[in-house]
Amino acid sequence: MAKHKINPNDWIKLYSDYLFNYTITRVSDREIAQDLVSETFLAGLKSMSNFKGEATERTWLVAILKRKIIDHYRKTNSNKGKAEVRMSYSSDSETEGDWLEERVADPYDKTAEDTIENTELGLAIYDCLSKLPEKQAKVFKMKTLLNHETEAICNELNITASNLWVLIHRARTALASCMEENWFKK
Amino acid sequence: MKKSILFISCEEAHNICDKSQYGEATGWERVKLGIRLCWCKVTRAYTKKNNKLTDVINNSKIDCLDDSELKKIKQSFEKELSN
Repeated sequence: MAKHKINPNDWIKLYSDYLFNYTITRVSDREIAQDLVSETFLAGLKSMSNFKGEATERTWLVAILKRKIIDHYRKTNSNKGKAEVRMSYSSDSETEGDWLEERVADPYDKTAEDTIENTELGLAIYDCLSKLPEKQAKVFKMKTLLNHETEAICNELNITASNLWVLIHRARTALASCMEENWFKK
Repeated sequence: MKKSILFISCEEAHNICDKSQYGEATGWERVKLGIRLCWCKVTRAYTKKNNKLTDVINNSKIDCLDDSELKKIKQSFEKELSN
């Protein structure tokens, strides 16, 4: 079996967004997600000697991140136990009993399955994005995911607007094919 | 060759289609794209694929780090890497 190699110098460039997207869907707080990603990289660096090369670098980092997320929730829950829980229900006799219906789960609300599917979809997009040439991926990310203005991207990357649209076109064509292959066909 | 006002090439149609995914195509460009969509199968297929990609991205609620956030992570990592 081919052994995978470890190269921490490329971690930030290659895996930051993937790990961040993985985390943000689980903790719903940007700052906490950033901290957890940062801690994951540092933990990976410290335990590099444990990397056997049987899995890819990314899989190995995700395994570390999962433990970090679990630790985060353990800490949060132990703090929650100390907090006072308050719930207020109307004591009005006319509306008595309505509270139960008001608090029943909304069937149209997002289900856990939807959330999981969205997370997996996001990760599949990152998988396809990682196969693009660096500049195409960067322009696509800035334009599509960060919603930057065309002019701002052109100024930052020192390219013309027509260059930008060529890069976007190539990125979108490649992504659409990749997603067709890896997501819709499955 | 004289450029037609109404009829556009496939490349131009794709370019307008890409721009319209970001709301950056002008009204006139959308009209020209609409005309081409009536008779060009290739443009229709490209537009369908492109719209599908936009829907997928929007539905995924995909998130990423902005430059300042990435810089922060990079700095703390590089500090540790150099130790």
